[in-house]
Amino acid sequence: MNRETGVQSDGGRIHEPVHVPGHASGDRPIPENHGEVSDSPLPLVALDDPHLRPAAKNVRHTERWIAFLIALAALGFAGYGAVYWQGGQPQLEGLTLGIGLLAIGAALAAWGKYLLPRGPFVEERHDMRSSDVEREQMAAAVIDRGKLVMRRRGFLGKMLAGAAGILGVVIAFPVIRSLGPLPKLALDKTNWRKGSYLVTIHGRKIKEDDLEVGGIITVFPPGYEGNAMDQTVLLRASTSPFTTKAGRETWTPKGYVAYSKVCTHAGCPVGLYQEQTQQLLCPCHQSMFDVLDGAQPVFGPAPRPLPQLPLMIDSEGYLRAQQPYDQPVGPGFWERS
Amino acid sequence: MSETATSKESTTTGQGSSSVGIGSGGSGTGARHQGRFDSATERALGWLDDRLGVGKGRSLLDKIFPDHWSFLLGEIALYSFVVLVLTGVFLSLYFVPSTKEIIYHGAYAPLRGKLVSEAYASTLKISFSVRGGMVIRQMHHWAADVFVGAIAIHMMRIFFTGGFRKPRELNWMVGVTLLMLAIVNGFLGYSLPYDLVSGTGLRIAYSIILSIPLVGSYLAFFLFGGVFPGNGIIEPRMFILHVLIVPIIIAALIGAHLFMLVRQKHAQFPGKGRTEHNVVGSPLYPTFMAKTLGLFFIVTGVLWMLGGLVQINPIWQYGPYQPYKVTYAVQPDWYMGWLDGAMRIMPSWEFTGFGHTIPLEVLLPAVLFPGLTFTLFYAWPFVEARITGDRAVHNILDFPRYRPKRTALGAAGVAFYFTLFSASATDVLANFFQVSLNTVLWSFRFLVIAVPVVVGIVTYRICKELAAMPVTDEPKRSVILSRTEEGEYVMEEASIRPGDAPDDLDPIAVPARIGAGVEDAGLDEDGLDKEDIPGELLDKVPGVRRVTT
Repeated sequence: MNRETGVQSDGGRIHEPVHVPGHASGDRPIPENHGEVSDSPLPLVALDDPHLRPAAKNVRHTERWIAFLIALAALGFAGYGAVYWQGGQPQLEGLTLGIGLLAIGAALAAWGKYLLPRGPFVEERHDMRSSDVEREQMAAAVIDRGKLVMRRRGFLGKMLAGAAGILGVVIAFPVIRSLGPLPKLALDKTNWRKGSYLVTIHGRKIKEDDLEVGGIITVFPPGYEGNAMDQTVLLRASTSPFTTKAGRETWTPKGYVAYSKVCTHAGCPVGLYQEQTQQLLCPCHQSMFDVLDGAQPVFGPAPRPLPQLPLMIDSEGYLRAQQPYDQPVGPGFWERS
Repeated sequence: MSETATSKESTTTGQGSSSVGIGSGGSGTGARHQGRFDSATERALGWLDDRLGVGKGRSLLDKIFPDHWSFLLGEIALYSFVVLVLTGVFLSLYFVPSTKEIIYHGAYAPLRGKLVSEAYASTLKISFSVRGGMVIRQMHHWAADVFVGAIAIHMMRIFFTGGFRKPRELNWMVGVTLLMLAIVNGFLGYSLPYDLVSGTGLRIAYSIILSIPLVGSYLAFFLFGGVFPGNGIIEPRMFILHVLIVPIIIAALIGAHLFMLVRQKHAQFPGKGRTEHNVVGSPLYPTFMAKTLGLFFIVTGVLWMLGGLVQINPIWQYGPYQPYKVTYAVQPDWYMGWLDGAMRIMPSWEFTGFGHTIPLEVLLPAVLFPGLTFTLFYAWPFVEARITGDRAVHNILDFPRYRPKRTALGAAGVAFYFTLFSASATDVLANFFQVSLNTVLWSFRFLVIAVPVVVGIVTYRICKELAAMPVTDEPKRSVILSRTEEGEYVMEEASIRPGDAPDDLDPIAVPARIGAGVEDAGLDEDGLDKEDIPGELLDKVPGVRRVTT
């Protein structure tokens, strides 16, 4: 008997020999069920069926390539280990392990694409739609049982809905309201007060001779250095006072002018100053503001001038705010009037 | 050979003169046909089947995956997500989600002694002091960019081939949600290091929320904990959203996405033997498994290489975030570019009146526009069904050329968003081409309308032309051109050579059992003619054994 006997010991017990359906009895497996699927008998395909042939034209050639790739992968992995061992270096780490992973990926993909059965194989689809009877039964179950719940208990149902509604509202308290404070007037006011000194980020008070013409510095009210809302840009546009807008004649002592640094578009710091054109530029969305014209936007998406801080110079020569800002600084919001 | 044999004898049999064509564990082949669990694998499967009925799940192994390169895109997205989770876990071991300011003493000398947030300092630590950390951090960032990109291109593939039509509308909507969440989580992720660029991005996000009428200021205050930048609670909040909540939703939706895919089976392109009622391709086990595992490693390898070789988001060059500082060329990650571009080219239309302000210059491009975009994405399957009146089930995909209107519309849409994306670089372009910002801005205001129109019309014409070309199922053959002695040219088609093109076989069901029969066909396992192999080599070829009857 030359057939495979299919006998194997299992924990010492001996099984009955099994006869393999094969070419001995002349019933060589024939590809069955071409193009169709049936549960029984299982589709049986001979090893020499053309569907099982690999897609590669030259199998040995492909195998050699895959062997090369796997070897390369092993080298890459080992190389990464060595680089790491030596203290690591980002570029070498990327190269070694990257090549290793790429090579093993390429090897696996090529194995699947070129050496495994090329097919094509087919599978039948089953309609998503159930039969009319099933649909009807499902709908009936949902509706009828639903009715059973609510039958002559409509009042209970309404009470339930009411209770759930209350829960829906109160659950928002911890989930939403607890997250933060109410805005109140926080967006409308800054920490600038009447008479506030202008100080640098390091808290140093600005004196009347600190800036040359064309000079620029970011200032804050004392105690709020670095504050996002209070940030103000102080410029010296000339040596003598000038008028940015009617009614602001006294706001620019000795050519000093101060504007809120918070862009009225999206709130970025208006950080760039072009002395030649006397423009302030926001680098986020390129809004430009005319320094000599009350920071009127001349270009870009900003809708409003930057609010101007009225300045004065006190008897000791320090720059101070005459008044706080006369309007909310920064981008627009619903409550802004 | 006796009919009964012990294990030892059986083993001898397997290697001896009487054998079968299948290489490994020949004895198992016989037993399997009788339902005996003899080999270790079969015993294990039997053990599991007794408890879980895994035998009934065999058809899952037969699940057919149609072969087309464009079906890779979703897989690339999936594997990028796997990489994101793995690298993200590594990063979370070192990252400190806190805006508390400390004096930096780390490895990066230029920043020593400066006040930086703990988040920023710990990101620098990952980059410079944790071994392998630089590669993994950059890989994480690259994987996020690739993740969103793969989703976007995958979505385009579905759109242009009509893969969203009945019965796949729900899966389309899950996909749209995944795109949205991927963008949101990408934004949260690159905001975490709290560097100058991402902090500025947060400031813009705050202003965008603020622009929403009626509830904007409340929403902004609740999210950030007060006036920007809040009282330090934004960092831990973004952290938990980024590493836990959004990823869990994404993972669950990916699960739903794949569940629906398995349940409905893949759509496929038209082709030989392919109908609305079947799927033709390769089975899950082993062919697709090998290929997709390969793709996983390729994606991982490419991302790892990018992480190691291509610098991304060098936050030490930007510096730590200070609300009063800003830098030139502030651009978000690529997938936010369309919104940034829309904000840049939007005119400054602010509505003021009745004691209220509606900042349309922010609300329109940054809230209503993306809202409308995603609403349109969600609704598209139903909108198209309404327009075409086509409510049939479609499992065969369209070639884009045969749907010129949809293709033209899609191409115009892609062109529109790409133009907006380009508009997010107005300042860089103005600098590069040495033209005024004004010129660049007005160019984009014009281009954002003109480019989609032109692209749409051109695409429509191309589709019409392509669709008019004759289509045959015959593979192209080479022609032989010869000249006679008289100088006459004769052209004839060359006969097809083996290996020129795959012979189009009729598809068959995936065989559960692969029988013997190698010897009879005169072929070895690889389907090679055995005559090609010298006799002495035959025994050395793995898997092939000589039968000596």
